[in-house]
Amino acid sequence: MRSRLALPAFVCSAVLLALTGCVANESGPDATHATLTVDSSASECAVSAAEAPAGTVRFRVTNSGDKVTEFYLLGHDGLRIVGEAENIGPGLSRDLVVELEPGKYFTACKPGMTGDGVGKAPFTVTESGAAGEVDAALAARIETANSGYAGYVRDEVAELATGTDAFAAAYVAGDEALARSLYAPTRAHWERVETIAESFGDLDPKLDLREADLEEGQEWTGWHAIEKDLWPAEAEAGYQAYGADKRAHLAKLLVADTQTLKGKVADLSFTLSQQTNGAIGLLEEVASGKVTGEEEFWSHTDLWDFQANVDGAKVLYAGVRDILLDKDRKLARQLDTEFAALQALLDEHRVGDGFAAYTELSAADIRALADQVNALGEPLNRLTAALVIS
Amino acid sequence: MTDATPPSAGRPAAPRGLSRRGLLGLAGAGIAGLGLGVAGDRTVIAATGGAGTAAGYPFYARHQAGIVTPAQDRLHFASFDLSPGTSRADLIALLRDWTVAAAAMTAGRDVGEFGAVDGPYDAPPEDTGEALGLEPAGLTITFGFGPTLFEATDGTDRFGLASQRPADLVDLPHFPGDMLEEGQGGGDLCIQACANDPQVAVHAVRNLSRIAFGKAAIRWSQLGFGRTSSTSTSQATPRNLFGFKDGTANIKAEEPAAVDEQVWVQSGDGPAWLAGGSYLVTRRIRMTIETWDRTILREQEAIIGRSKGEGAPLSGGSEFTEPDFDKAGPDDAPLIDKAAHVRLAHPSRNEGRRMLRRGYNFVDGNDELGRLDAGLFFISFQRSPEQFSAVQLSLARNDAMNEYTRHVGSALFAVPPGARDGAYIGQALFA
Repeated sequence: MRSRLALPAFVCSAVLLALTGCVANESGPDATHATLTVDSSASECAVSAAEAPAGTVRFRVTNSGDKVTEFYLLGHDGLRIVGEAENIGPGLSRDLVVELEPGKYFTACKPGMTGDGVGKAPFTVTESGAAGEVDAALAARIETANSGYAGYVRDEVAELATGTDAFAAAYVAGDEALARSLYAPTRAHWERVETIAESFGDLDPKLDLREADLEEGQEWTGWHAIEKDLWPAEAEAGYQAYGADKRAHLAKLLVADTQTLKGKVADLSFTLSQQTNGAIGLLEEVASGKVTGEEEFWSHTDLWDFQANVDGAKVLYAGVRDILLDKDRKLARQLDTEFAALQALLDEHRVGDGFAAYTELSAADIRALADQVNALGEPLNRLTAALVIS
Repeated sequence: MTDATPPSAGRPAAPRGLSRRGLLGLAGAGIAGLGLGVAGDRTVIAATGGAGTAAGYPFYARHQAGIVTPAQDRLHFASFDLSPGTSRADLIALLRDWTVAAAAMTAGRDVGEFGAVDGPYDAPPEDTGEALGLEPAGLTITFGFGPTLFEATDGTDRFGLASQRPADLVDLPHFPGDMLEEGQGGGDLCIQACANDPQVAVHAVRNLSRIAFGKAAIRWSQLGFGRTSSTSTSQATPRNLFGFKDGTANIKAEEPAAVDEQVWVQSGDGPAWLAGGSYLVTRRIRMTIETWDRTILREQEAIIGRSKGEGAPLSGGSEFTEPDFDKAGPDDAPLIDKAAHVRLAHPSRNEGRRMLRRGYNFVDGNDELGRLDAGLFFISFQRSPEQFSAVQLSLARNDAMNEYTRHVGSALFAVPPGARDGAYIGQALFA
């Protein structure tokens, strides 16, 4: 588990994407695009030009006022939001890059981020032969991806809850062998949707805190507290096995907190950027905790978690892959290749229904896995920008 | 350098007129060659003048920069292995990407179309950013190809390059006393990044490593501080961690005939793709400096064969006086000991063999006994690896200095010639 920076809501929603056909990294090194400057002051929204050629247009918005501001590019009706740059602090600059078709638009700023805004002015995009594509079917595809992922999260958390019940029962009943055998397969359901579970800031530390993450005086609960009790061989000298009361307490909390999680994911839905950033986040979990063997410090079942994180990332990627094929086919091909290569490496360490213990891997095995996580991580981290422009 | 002869001693070819930030937002338009003459509304900072620390060297040139270029103060060297499954096309793509990025960074620009801070807000920045606001700092990036690029250790020809392998590009022989450590030598590819600002050199290797993810990964790397050689008569001779001037008799850029004869591979020497290139040898030489430091000055000087202060040969004169190896003292013993380093390494004792040395001091923390993990990261460029091997064999057998040194890392790379603008480094190898 690793707490992640909470990103603000994403600028370009699924609807915006569909309407503007906006894209990010498609332009190669030889691409050119119009760059305009916008000076957002307390009362003005001064754009350096009132028109630009169709294609990629970059607005560099500088906030010269003393309030946090926003910049809007609006459609010809002056209402529909085509693109926006938000949360620009005083003195800061932020870019809005949009792909625009010829037509009439409006520009406006909103210092203070409330009210009607200031400096609303007409903006014209002229014919250039490089008009952006608008895919009307996109919105439907994005909605399909969203609902598909929401269903996946619900299913995984439901299986997690069922598995947790069985695991907790075995643990409390003193059937340690059964509990140990259920530990990694049950946790896989958690790891597949780990970034979602982590988004509930209070539940994550209760369920997935490692001993090294504890603050002085903090009660240690959740999976890893039980993990240490089930695999005490590497515990510190003087370690005392938990008594029946403590076991019952930890098991009860684990079950209850998992039920709480189940309730919280029942009505979730996800924007496109939440999906892509979820995939990115899952691979970062692999890179920071799993490939290093830090996550499952006592059981050494890190490769189970590794596979589960990758499973979750693959599901998220599969959901948006069709959209990506239209936006950036080369990136899609690269991600296909790198996901497959990572899976092939993981498959080398399969034992029965599971995986070899982390401690059985050679230094070369670990190095190969780490290299491939890097190989996948670089293109995967471009996924959000490729699909969702800000 | 644009040629074997640098434009002027110690002076960069052209001062950079643009800051790293100066090209932001141009999206590649008009960025060519040195990046000069770019139109647009971006900031163009006035030329900083000829100060060596501020300016840069052109990447696209007849020979790669970083060889006869006046040795900069700092080094970050990295050796890479290509990843399993990497194809010939992947290798070419990597060299192409590296070339573009190296040309940008040596001109003081960010990597990528958008650089460190002007890309999409929802994408990781293309450039890692720690060189923002820094001058090019004389950055040179020099690429090399190791023997395993042409034929893996198991004999496979992964990239269809075996027929292009130069006969001289084979692992260096084992020298007496070598204590090479696993994983500290060799490699399919190498990058030598030198600059007068350590952050600029590290930025270069960091970004090039990132570009390589999925195609190649670092096998070993080395930071160096403090050049231990002069490669130009405009530079004062620096000192190594023994406290002695090092590289007094080095090949200097101002000796074009010697550079051609001893450093650049000539057409006819081997495969055509390497003509105008060179061979790069690295040796990680650990110095047991704690023991050295309690050695009496008389012995220190006898071991080196030069005075510690001036650096003059013990046969007399000043630093640049040629040593007289026959000159004897009152006891008829030669003033420069038979086992002195300067005698054994001298061209006159090695059938005229010379090399262009470009090494750096290093201190990488300490060992478990509390001794500094310190020494010389030896780098030399030569027309043939045999120049190094012959001299090193003589040194390894007899050099009195061996008592205080331990060779723990070793690598050999073929350094292709420079790339012309629009081409990629080593392109002739794939023709």
